[in-house]
Amino acid sequence: MTMHPTVLSLRGATKRFGGLVAVNALDFDVHENQVLGLIGPNGSGKSTTLNLISGALPATDGEIVLRDRDITRLPPQAIARLGVARTFQLVRLLPSMSVLENVMAGAVFGHRRRWGRAAETHARKMLDRVGMGRKLHLGIGQLTYIDTKRVELARALAGEPRVLLLDEWLAGLNPTELEEGVALIRSLRDDGRTIVLVEHVMDAIRSLCDTCVVMAQGTKIAEGTPEAVLSDREVIRAYLGDDDA
Amino acid sequence: MTPSRSEAARIGWVVLALAAAATLPWIGSSYYLALGVTIATFTVLATSWAIFSGPTHYISLATAAFYGVGTYTTGLLIETMPYWSILAIAGLIGAAGAALVGLATLRLSGVYFVIFTLGLAEFVRQVLTWVQNLTGQKGIYVLTQITEAQIYWQLVGLAALVWLAGWLIGRSRLGFALRIIGDDEEVARHSGIDTAMAKVLLFMIPGAAAAMTGAILAPRFVYIEPAVAFSPMLSFQVVIMALLGGTGRLWGPLVGVIPFTFLWEAISSSFPNQTTLLLGLTFLLIVYLLPRGFVGLFLDLRQHGGGTFRRAGA
Repeated sequence: MTMHPTVLSLRGATKRFGGLVAVNALDFDVHENQVLGLIGPNGSGKSTTLNLISGALPATDGEIVLRDRDITRLPPQAIARLGVARTFQLVRLLPSMSVLENVMAGAVFGHRRRWGRAAETHARKMLDRVGMGRKLHLGIGQLTYIDTKRVELARALAGEPRVLLLDEWLAGLNPTELEEGVALIRSLRDDGRTIVLVEHVMDAIRSLCDTCVVMAQGTKIAEGTPEAVLSDREVIRAYLGDDDA
Repeated sequence: MTPSRSEAARIGWVVLALAAAATLPWIGSSYYLALGVTIATFTVLATSWAIFSGPTHYISLATAAFYGVGTYTTGLLIETMPYWSILAIAGLIGAAGAALVGLATLRLSGVYFVIFTLGLAEFVRQVLTWVQNLTGQKGIYVLTQITEAQIYWQLVGLAALVWLAGWLIGRSRLGFALRIIGDDEEVARHSGIDTAMAKVLLFMIPGAAAAMTGAILAPRFVYIEPAVAFSPMLSFQVVIMALLGGTGRLWGPLVGVIPFTFLWEAISSSFPNQTTLLLGLTFLLIVYLLPRGFVGLFLDLRQHGGGTFRRAGA
């Protein structure tokens, strides 16, 4: 593997909810132009980890650094401006606005800020990028499920983030949509985007990720290429239980 | 950005309407002028209230607090300061007070904000009453040469300023940020919007406008005391009128204020002892029958009539 500079690193990142340790002293680095997959069984702390990075939840302990800048204690708006954009596990769009305006929200207030015509042009470009170029003026209520996901993705891209966080972006898609979805994420990867994705779809993980971090009960149990971690005995045990390992 | 032609036309109409409104003191009787002062007062209060509460969905009951502070600003300074500077000072005090209240409370969720703002007016009133008891003073006389017509013109001018502010905000990044916040605050924050700052900035507008309204109206009262200046009824009336008109458009509150003022006139002259009861009933009816006010009704009608959608974008 060639050396890519580190964009994001977690050092001992920890999140406790009362007595429950949802994320336990997690360490990993995200390198530029790479796709890092965060995988693990349900409830292993993957989404919580994304929430710590984006600032949706404050970390209890540890350090999260974005390009030499400590973002651990920053609120989400500051982290977004520094270059972290995300999608949500349950799609969140702005219901009173058109598709175009939804994406302009990212273009106007994100990492790279634009205004007026420049923002609109950029938002159109992002919608073209995700295959929504012809549905600019639709309302949110008129969209199919995968189209809502595309709009949310375009909004996240519109601020030109340094790191893109995708929280189960492929979840809930039917087989045809899934194919389109994987192709879309792969095309982003080919553009050289830096992406952290939480995902359950194994085929997608194999074909998209450069590196995988496997979590179980809040702790990292393996890290490496998808092939390596998915054949790791401990990873199989975490997913399937002791008998199958 | 320069206004488009349709916007220029709309500005022209607004200016004409304001000019027409300004002729009232010459053509109407003193009864209509008094009614005009009431309408202008509530237009300023309800429009500025809606500029904040419309997009944020925070129901502010602080109108009476800022209004009362403005009234007392005039009362305390009228003997020592030039009149126009008092209006500016009242506006600044209102804006600064709103910023403080906003910083302290806008992180709270809606319900706490409502209660806090309601308590604020009561709190300021009690403090003033207490100070007056200490000093043995009961109220303040505001004796000026200012006529009813001059008060009316000032209020119309202030309404024009509030509309201008609302229009400029609507075209600004702040306005766009507020629409996003109104839709989904979590998305707003994750898109890079400092939601607390946006709300605080916006809350300063009704704060300043209400304080200036109070300052303008103080000479009309002649004698001001806490119970008059900080009447909680005022805050509720503003909410009802703004909701009756609708907060989705800048002109919304105005179309709520005008019918409500006449309705209120009728109620308070025919049923002087049941006004509060009837105010409550009207409020229930409005929320039940017109949840988005006249603006919502208008937009629905236009949409069903196949009218054009508003162009998207900033």
